[in-house]
Amino acid sequence: MVATSRPHVNSVISEPLWVRLALIALALVFLGLFLMLPLFVVFAEALRGGIGAYVEAFTEPDALAAIRLTLITAAISVPLNIVFGVAAAWAIAKFDFAGKSLLITFIDLPFSVSPVIAGLIYVLLFGAHGWFGPWLVANDVEIIFAVPGIVIATIFVTFPFVARELIPLMQEQGNEEEEAALSLGAGGWQTFRRVTLPNIKWGLIYGVLLCNARAMGEFGAVSVVSGHIRGETNTMPLHVEILYNEYNFTAAFAIASLLALLALVTLVLKTVLEWRYGAELAAARRL
Amino acid sequence: MFLNLGVGLRFAAVGLVLSAMASTSASAGTDILNVSYDPTRELYRSFNKAFIEDWKARTGEVVAVRMSHGGAGKQARAVIDGLAADVVTLALAYDIDVIAEKTELIPADWQTRLPHNSAPYTSTIVFLVHKGNPKGICDWDDLAKPGIQVITPNPKTSGGARWNYLAAWGYALRTWGGDEAKARDFVAAIFRNVPILDTGARGATTTFVRRGIGDVLLAWENEAFLAINELGPDKFEIVVPSVSILAEPSVTVVEGNAKKHGTLKIAQAYLEYLYAPEGQRLAAKHYYRPVLPEHADPADVARFPKVDLFTIDSLGGWRKAQAVHFADGGVFDQLYQPNR
Repeated sequence: MVATSRPHVNSVISEPLWVRLALIALALVFLGLFLMLPLFVVFAEALRGGIGAYVEAFTEPDALAAIRLTLITAAISVPLNIVFGVAAAWAIAKFDFAGKSLLITFIDLPFSVSPVIAGLIYVLLFGAHGWFGPWLVANDVEIIFAVPGIVIATIFVTFPFVARELIPLMQEQGNEEEEAALSLGAGGWQTFRRVTLPNIKWGLIYGVLLCNARAMGEFGAVSVVSGHIRGETNTMPLHVEILYNEYNFTAAFAIASLLALLALVTLVLKTVLEWRYGAELAAARRL
Repeated sequence: MFLNLGVGLRFAAVGLVLSAMASTSASAGTDILNVSYDPTRELYRSFNKAFIEDWKARTGEVVAVRMSHGGAGKQARAVIDGLAADVVTLALAYDIDVIAEKTELIPADWQTRLPHNSAPYTSTIVFLVHKGNPKGICDWDDLAKPGIQVITPNPKTSGGARWNYLAAWGYALRTWGGDEAKARDFVAAIFRNVPILDTGARGATTTFVRRGIGDVLLAWENEAFLAINELGPDKFEIVVPSVSILAEPSVTVVEGNAKKHGTLKIAQAYLEYLYAPEGQRLAAKHYYRPVLPEHADPADVARFPKVDLFTIDSLGGWRKAQAVHFADGGVFDQLYQPNR
């Protein structure tokens, strides 16, 4: 703007110093206020009653049951999502078929649908007066207000994480390496294990991390199908709400701090992955 | 490779089926599920302990009682949708009526099966205000004044909130000699002062005492006592209005479920124990007014202030109240318009 005589490449691509400083400060203040401060409050509140009360919050039977259920839910939904995610990404990236873009849209659906609606869908399907309700009741199968319902709702909301991570990766990689392996006489499974998997592993791990974090932290969808039976169908996020409502603030924040820790661990793992294998990740993406 | 993916899927399917089986085999005939409303958590925690001991002493059988708490309307809905409650202990008779109406689980005449309209304890609606009552709130009139913030949960989802609403309505009818138009204006004025509608009584209490929003909380008497107890008598105090409503939280066995689980006998004994001396003592201890006060500790009973109480029947009963006030497009919908 100012120097019109020179080719003003520099002044176009770099902002004035004060703009840069202001933007950085704004981002930091925002992060501090909306992310770091609440995180700090969670830990401060959790430890306010001392270490003893903090530990006690985890050894209480209902808390243990909530932690166990959360782990079971993640242990079932994450592997299922890996299988589904790899299969879907494979199908979308390597084959051409009618309705492909529709499939991609459907994979994104859980991102755009409110989790509460996701929960209600399953109540309408599997509830006692839902579509499959009478059959389920007659055959004594419990889905809603029991562990299977919680797992199904969790699978729904975590559906896109693995697939979404893999689709662009596999699309860029194309079919050549697999075709080469197959033409050299490798079987299908061998090709997948020795060629495809190494190519997608970082993307896969990244997707699994995000999927796992969401599976453990999901509240809305799980809340609708849980029935809130103490020690039985309460996951950790639901247990936090219950404790908070029972004026048991220390325990509520203690469990919340465990969830926050999980988020931090996920972040650290993700950063380590990116730092350590950044080159490989980028290379895999470029291929 | 797709074959192998298939194997993986089958594994996962087996996992799902296994977890389904695990959850059905959990109810082996000696544990019952009590689906209750929000503020009964503390009551049933001690009551369950007492019942389990008593049942063991009487029969030698070890039972377990599982609990589920939430807004009464939401809980009734969950039972209708298949939450396998053996007994329901909800905030008002209408919520159980709805279950009886929409399912085959409970007979229509359920309320006659236990004494005192199947309400082993009663309560009423009082005001919780900040210590020293800085806004000078003494009666229902004060809630309708401009500049007062009133906290109450949503009558659409919370049983306690329906009692709150009807208590105000009943007061207005008495004050203006049954003039419904005046009552409508009065209750509308109160709800104009409501900044937030929580879904359950406990959520509203937390909004008021913990987040510090509002000048007065309309609360169950037991909830108000409990809040003071848990969060410091130096911060809040109870104001008893000149008249209020007699709230009868009702209990009943969900026969259809209990028969299926083989827990009918335990479920019946569980509710009968609420009327036993120990059950009545515990109710009073947890700030519910016992229907048989002679069994309760006199010191506990003495804590309940004398209030002029009217019943839901004087307003035409629950079915009418529900249809007129809380149904979609009813009086509540007409007079409550948020963000005005």
